[in-house]
Amino acid sequence: MAFKASIELDRVSKRYGAHEVLHEVSLAVGQAECVALLGHNGAGKTTLMKLLLGLTRPCHGRIRVNGADPTHLLGKGLGADIGFLPENVMFHTAMSGREVLRFYARLKGVAVGTCDRLLAEVGLGEAARRRVSTYSKGMRQRLGLAQALLGTPHVLLLDEPTTGLDPVLRETFYQRVRQHQEEGGCALISSHALTEIEARSDRVAILRQGRLVAFGPLAELREKAGLPVRIRVVTGVGEANGVAERIGGGLHLDHINNQTLELSCLGGDKLDIVTRLADLRPAVHDVEIHTPGLSEVYAHYSAGDGPQ
Amino acid sequence: MRALVILAGNEIRDGLRNRWVAAIILLLAALALSLALLGSAPSGTVQATPMNITVASLASLTVYLLPLIALMLAFDALVGELERGTLLLLLTYPVARWQVVVGKFLGHSLILLAALLVGYGGAGLVLQFTGGADAESWTAYLVLMASSWLLGSAFIALGYLISALVRERATAAGVAVTLWLLFVVLYDLGLLGMLLVDTGQRLSPELVAALLLANPTDIYRIINLTGTEAVSLLAGMAEAGRAAGFQPVMLVALLLGWVAVPLGLTVVRFQRMEL
Repeated sequence: MAFKASIELDRVSKRYGAHEVLHEVSLAVGQAECVALLGHNGAGKTTLMKLLLGLTRPCHGRIRVNGADPTHLLGKGLGADIGFLPENVMFHTAMSGREVLRFYARLKGVAVGTCDRLLAEVGLGEAARRRVSTYSKGMRQRLGLAQALLGTPHVLLLDEPTTGLDPVLRETFYQRVRQHQEEGGCALISSHALTEIEARSDRVAILRQGRLVAFGPLAELREKAGLPVRIRVVTGVGEANGVAERIGGGLHLDHINNQTLELSCLGGDKLDIVTRLADLRPAVHDVEIHTPGLSEVYAHYSAGDGPQ
Repeated sequence: MRALVILAGNEIRDGLRNRWVAAIILLLAALALSLALLGSAPSGTVQATPMNITVASLASLTVYLLPLIALMLAFDALVGELERGTLLLLLTYPVARWQVVVGKFLGHSLILLAALLVGYGGAGLVLQFTGGADAESWTAYLVLMASSWLLGSAFIALGYLISALVRERATAAGVAVTLWLLFVVLYDLGLLGMLLVDTGQRLSPELVAALLLANPTDIYRIINLTGTEAVSLLAGMAEAGRAAGFQPVMLVALLLGWVAVPLGLTVVRFQRMEL
């Protein structure tokens, strides 16, 4: 199937006065795709979301969301096919959760009958008739998710969506995003929760000081970054030194004691080394492989080691 | 249109929940009833109905109270939502910014109308049942209610303009109080001072009239205190009213202008605001 972008940014720059918040950012999110948008606070993530929502205009570049230019929408209101969850979502506290959701449903032209089902889906069925002022942070966040899902929009823009959610609800949330993708929708999720987003995103975009320093599938970014794979080898008592001598080249010995070795190698050499280790049985008892995860990849690119 | 109704309804519901509506109704009803029952006693020799006396005294007090209530309702309509974070989410929905401004305005203006109908209308009915009203005084009383709504709406619109111009709620509150002082108290004092020092009569009556029309509270005073013969006699404004020759239609149009212009400027400003 040909790649069809639901979100497109082409060399987009945004400047507030002398401060350049985004510099020539280009990225595209395809249909049925989930992209994680990462970056330190102030890296430009929220500004990027605001640009996609037509809340602010780019200084340069071209933006398309569902094929339309949100820049033309400034002051006119968005189409109903976008669901947005802002960071620290806030509601009118004098209203109940149910009233809040019904209010947004009416604005979006969505049948209010669907609200109760959505509230139950995010775990607010019992608290639906309580005032929002009595809600905990996590409950407000869940109400925020419910409003973002109103009318099953094609594009989901979620800014720190799982903040304040317990592990069970986080899982439910990601299941919902997965279902959204299966129905052909796309999601751009800004998050600091790297471990949970790692397995759930198809591609990762990393912003550093307003520049997109990395964009692609995690495996590709890991490869480009040349981050070492760590291998922990358990040997028989007193056999660690012997294994280290017989294992050969293409690796770096990080640590050794009486019965464990800690080695590191490049991702491409991993299989070869594991095969060599297997040949050293029975001296080698066990092998644990630690491939660099999103945390390491993120640390690499966001710290300034990656390309500008 | 649908969005306007939804947004206005939301403001009204919010007003009811926060007991704003109840507080304003109670305040206006207490004011109107106390003036109707206690303040209309000295009607003897001027042959005015208690309702006419109530119109004169109620108009004089409304001109202070209602702009303040309206500004309190409106000053944080936009900046407050911006500060609380609710505006950002609202603007990502399929609703134009002018609809946000006008929808909220309709809600607040209707809250004021309801309060006037219940508060002032209730006092009017009490006067009717106690035999203190006739057809002419009812006309003056209805004009008072309608013009009070317009005056309140004008100050709601001015409150919105403040709300769209500043970036902090506290600043908006300060500007709103200053605006109230300026229009309701200081403007007339300044005008009076100018007339007192103008011993050479260099200020033409036309200029004074124009200066009066440049303040919505003065337009309101002119409408209510010179509107009918009986009330203008009571208010001591009969001669002033005749001399200035203000046409009622023009006065109403000007007051409507004080609603439309600030509201229009609010829309223009809000439309260009980048969040």
